[in-house]
Amino acid sequence: MGSQSFSDALGVDYGALAPLLIVLGGACVSVLLEAVLPRVRRRSVQLVFSLAVVVVALAAVIIRATSGAGDVVVLAGSLSVDAPGLFLWGTLLALAVPSVLMLADRSVEPGGVFVADPEALAEAQERVGAGSLRSTSSGLPSGTGTDTHGVVGRRGGAGPEPTTPPEMHTEIFPFVLFALGGMLAFSAANDLLTMFVALEVLSLPLYLLCGLARRRRLLSQEAAVKYFLLGAFASAFFLYGVALLYGYAGSVRLADIAASAAGPLRSDALLFAGLALLVVGLMFKASVGPFHTWTPDVYQGAPTPVTAFMAACTKVAAFGAILRVFTVAFGTTALEWRGVLWAVAIASMVIGTVLGITQTDLKRMVAYSSVAHAGFILIGCLAITPAGLSGTLFYLLAYGFTTIAILGLVSLVRSGDGEAGHLSGYAGLAQRSPVVAAALSFCLLALAGVPLTSGFTAKFAVFSAGLADGMAPLVIVGLVCSAIAAFFYLRVIVLMYFSDPAPDGPTVSLPGPMTTVAITLGVAVTLLLGVLPTAALEWAGAGTFLG
Amino acid sequence: MSPTNYLLLSALLFSIGTVGVLVRRNAIVVFMCVELMLNAVNLSLVTFSRINGSLDGQVMAFFVMVVAAAEVVVGLSIIMAIFRTRRTASVDDANLLKY
Repeated sequence: MGSQSFSDALGVDYGALAPLLIVLGGACVSVLLEAVLPRVRRRSVQLVFSLAVVVVALAAVIIRATSGAGDVVVLAGSLSVDAPGLFLWGTLLALAVPSVLMLADRSVEPGGVFVADPEALAEAQERVGAGSLRSTSSGLPSGTGTDTHGVVGRRGGAGPEPTTPPEMHTEIFPFVLFALGGMLAFSAANDLLTMFVALEVLSLPLYLLCGLARRRRLLSQEAAVKYFLLGAFASAFFLYGVALLYGYAGSVRLADIAASAAGPLRSDALLFAGLALLVVGLMFKASVGPFHTWTPDVYQGAPTPVTAFMAACTKVAAFGAILRVFTVAFGTTALEWRGVLWAVAIASMVIGTVLGITQTDLKRMVAYSSVAHAGFILIGCLAITPAGLSGTLFYLLAYGFTTIAILGLVSLVRSGDGEAGHLSGYAGLAQRSPVVAAALSFCLLALAGVPLTSGFTAKFAVFSAGLADGMAPLVIVGLVCSAIAAFFYLRVIVLMYFSDPAPDGPTVSLPGPMTTVAITLGVAVTLLLGVLPTAALEWAGAGTFLG
Repeated sequence: MSPTNYLLLSALLFSIGTVGVLVRRNAIVVFMCVELMLNAVNLSLVTFSRINGSLDGQVMAFFVMVVAAAEVVVGLSIIMAIFRTRRTASVDDANLLKY
């Protein structure tokens, strides 16, 4: 209970917890809806319900942030609702809106990007006969066979015509809400046990979502297995770190660990071994540096909307937790461990940049770019100063929206058997679809960090914070890597504008309203944060972590 | 017996689990090795709880068990899905995504 009195510890501050409770409660209700609703109405109800949950939770965060209510530690000290925590919550929920829209979209991929509901599949087969649906012949739980569905943007729902592809699994909506709830708890966790449980709550639904693609089932399942095994491996390391720190401090509360480290001398072996193992688990989730091996495979294999959700939201949650652990629990011992993490940050930037150059698949390229960006963000985390904190928070917001927009655009460029993916498919895209090419170019420039995009402001904030905290060598490596990374972003732009399209090249689907909104939101925020970053920077720098 | 011995045993079990994850090929065995790592951590938690003279560590061990059980459900379902399509649970055969 620490210094709190017992009654404080038992009381629950519902006002502070509201966003988290709304999302997790919504997830539970969403599971119930799955059970009671008739199949034809599930998708629309689930979509509206999930969006409403996310928006209401976002409103709760905004109300809390603007009400001037002080920072509090709730639930007997296990969650800390403070200014940076609210910013992270706001970022996560704001990113969840376009993510949910993209996940639910079925204009790009008829029937939705996820595997068909088995019931719906069986019904569709009965209606159509064996002729036009050639799936499940081998007993696979798949909808791979719904081929050549000509027109995009068909409207399904109630009373589907024979040509409508079977409806997707609607269980993905509760999955997303649970993952989101885990992310919220992860970034606000004030003790390591809560952090571990939140880590699993956010990871388990993501493992499943990765394996549910309608097309390219083998790739999708392979991604799920790799993500799951490596994720479980990493969380075991995280947990061993927790155990060692518990042995060191006699408590897993972050502030208690800091107090023990500052207290009378005791064996540092447990403290630093614990920190090292903890960091392995956290870095894995944030796909930093040498712990990134799952990233390209999972980003490529997972359904693209899931990749967008993962790339944006998981990164925010993981770096939120990293910031909190570094600042609150290990801020006082920073001098002793920071050197090692310099090496990790450099490794991350170099690996992401060098391997990114060699990629031929756009989704893999985005994955390696996310590894490089994780290195840049880590610079901000390592500067344990208010400037580093606000820079990192801003970076996460900016990067999340840009990535969602890019992956949304990637999902539009399609060849016969799904997304084009390969870079050669993007040759001459500007002639086929100037709008998509322009939006993609803008977002890639934002990733490269060109002025007037959010990427520039974010990089500037993080690098200047690092420089001010005496990390000049790290910042120099960061700048060199940004320059090299600009090459592979520009290569795609050159390919889109200055080469001729292949005659049998991929086509650009016309997105339905939901994907359009998601992409527009991503592009607009990228532009807005680049032109007028002040408000967001101010909010990001509004406060510090509460111990 | 000194509680430190249990910590050493836990470290040993954790190492065996780690090596197992790295060298074994069957996804189920890899997953069992991860479970071994988690249980090694449980042993550490309980031992530290004894050394520190507080019950927190034992409570945490319960949390870990529950989480591990949830992980088994998700993990086995994913492994089963891939086994159905590929007729193998070897992690070496899942090699479509690379470079």
